[in-house]
Amino acid sequence: MNWFYIEGVLILAGINIIAVLGLSLLTGFTGLFSFGHAGFMAIGAYSAVYFGERMGLPFAVSVVAGGLVAGLVSLFIGRLTLKLKGDYFCIATLGFGEAIRLVLDNVQVFGGARGWPGIPLKVDLVTVTIFNIVGILFLMFLINSRHGRSMIAVREEELAAKVIGIDTYRYKVISLFISAVYAGIAGGLLGYYLTFLQPKLFGLQKSTEYTIMVIFGGIGSISGSVLAAFILTVLPEMLRSFAVWRFVIYGAAVIFIMIARPQGLMGGKEITLKGIAGILGIPGRNRKTARSGEV
Amino acid sequence: MQKRLIIFLVLLLTATVFAAGCSNQGQGPAGGDVVKIGWIGSLTGDTAVWGQSELNTLELLAGELNASGGLLGKKIHIVGYDTRGDATEAVNAVKRLVSQDKVVAIIGPNASSSAMAISGTLEEMKVPDIATVATNPKVTVMDGKVKPFNFRVCFIDPYQGAVAAGYAFDVLGFRKAAVLYDVADEYSQGLAEFFIKTFEEKGGQIVAKEAFKSGDTDFRPQLAKIKATNPEVIFMPYYFKEAALSAKQARDLGIKSVLMGGDGWPSDTLLEMAGDAVEGSYFVNHLDFDDPEVQDFKQRYNAKYGKMPELNGYLAHDAFMVLVDAVKRANSFDPVAIRDALETVDIEGITGKIKIGKDTHNPEGKEAAIIKIEGGKYKFQQKYAVTD
Repeated sequence: MNWFYIEGVLILAGINIIAVLGLSLLTGFTGLFSFGHAGFMAIGAYSAVYFGERMGLPFAVSVVAGGLVAGLVSLFIGRLTLKLKGDYFCIATLGFGEAIRLVLDNVQVFGGARGWPGIPLKVDLVTVTIFNIVGILFLMFLINSRHGRSMIAVREEELAAKVIGIDTYRYKVISLFISAVYAGIAGGLLGYYLTFLQPKLFGLQKSTEYTIMVIFGGIGSISGSVLAAFILTVLPEMLRSFAVWRFVIYGAAVIFIMIARPQGLMGGKEITLKGIAGILGIPGRNRKTARSGEV
Repeated sequence: MQKRLIIFLVLLLTATVFAAGCSNQGQGPAGGDVVKIGWIGSLTGDTAVWGQSELNTLELLAGELNASGGLLGKKIHIVGYDTRGDATEAVNAVKRLVSQDKVVAIIGPNASSSAMAISGTLEEMKVPDIATVATNPKVTVMDGKVKPFNFRVCFIDPYQGAVAAGYAFDVLGFRKAAVLYDVADEYSQGLAEFFIKTFEEKGGQIVAKEAFKSGDTDFRPQLAKIKATNPEVIFMPYYFKEAALSAKQARDLGIKSVLMGGDGWPSDTLLEMAGDAVEGSYFVNHLDFDDPEVQDFKQRYNAKYGKMPELNGYLAHDAFMVLVDAVKRANSFDPVAIRDALETVDIEGITGKIKIGKDTHNPEGKEAAIIKIEGGKYKFQQKYAVTD
């Protein structure tokens, strides 16, 4: 294996991890299914590259700004759709994602369907790792805060959450906003890594892939999402020599794991330092609670 | 359950790594007398037919070359990877080809988007790429500067659009044209844009410009609008499936206009699906399928794979010829030396004369073939070139 190739795959895995972390907050912790996250990613990608290349903002600033633009759009979309319940919200996001792609197909300023080539390469493994660490830490603190617990309450039993005084609508909006920012940042990084953007990159397939990753990793688990995004990015690359059978094997692997483990890889649990110590047999004071899944 | 799962995962990963390792070793004889040439393109997804035809062609040609003594005394081995037509996958595949497989050059992809996305990697690793049917101008030239490691063997969208418009205006004498195109497709958007530009420059009138999006199967609303403007010719720059459907629906609506298409049309499927609807239509192609020069290749391909090559096969054939010529003149397998030699390629390919322009990395002045559909067959009309 050659480092140049591995590095490329790792960068891509890192970008996917950021997008999946965001979706994990929305789907895994707040219980809202989205099939339109590629749309937020597209908004983030195009805005970031626009800020960076047309307006001359520094790389990191433009990527974060791209994420915020995606977040702002999500506030608007959220106002319209978050009052919808369950499946209806899911369908609305599906429509949103496709709409964004078709709008971008028509905006000739950004190259339309023919894409936007010639973006400078500004993403390396270090940048992606930094974004990943910040992203994971932020999400960990959020989930363990009062706000995070409120979101989980919305997921578990919305009516009960309302009864005890949680503003469920507000927490859904916040959750969608943060997850859209994550998706937008991932989009910006993807643009600066691929050096090319095209609306086709952000189709329904992309949204579905991310949702699969969240469920594959286990609903309500940060480490599960990270693990799943990593495995499902690396797996198709490892299967490259199988040529046309590659995605058949990939699909079979996903199906097998979902049958063998319906709750996903981590199934709501987290990998913690104490947990690892426990598995390795290093005595710890609190082994039992650590393995039960509290971060 | 957990243990079983972990065991399964470990087994799966080991099997994968093992299989990957084996197939790499299994490919061709080991040792220093094998040189690898990479190929990327779609083997899965909606453009898989074309990708498969390219890879088949390359394997056929490499096999023939090896049987007759190889290239510079070495055997050629083709390493092909699937991209699903996706730009991200294309970048991954190229990274793997240049760093792990250590190919000396890459042929493909057929999609312009993938060809544009891989430029950075090619330049970083200094390996040349020859695209087959990537017709977007920006594949080889960006902001007026030629990309050092990107080449191609096909003509470009502005040229094809200009050929279609020029032929419709000058030869067929049409003055009123309508355009129906796929707004979600890069190729269709480009061709429509340049057809309209040339047709209007010549003094023709575009009476209607209607769009649909990839995957649509009902074109009646757009066609009804087009019918109301009564054009003499309708330009339909998209792939054969939609072309067949829209042509049928146009005839159902009673549209009598001549239909015209681009290089997305030629396919046996078009004739099967559309039948009489495309009778009397014209399209622009890279070559004449009945040209005596291509018969030999068609027969060899048919003998090995039991079917006729798709259009992409012919261009992959010429891309391979261009590469072989460059390697011979460079007298070396050094990718940079090959790149330098590619800039001065001047050969006679089966799709026409290929003289690579130093400042564009495109085949200069390559003629297009105009094909008419007559009696359910493709009938070559003439070679047609646009001069500025």
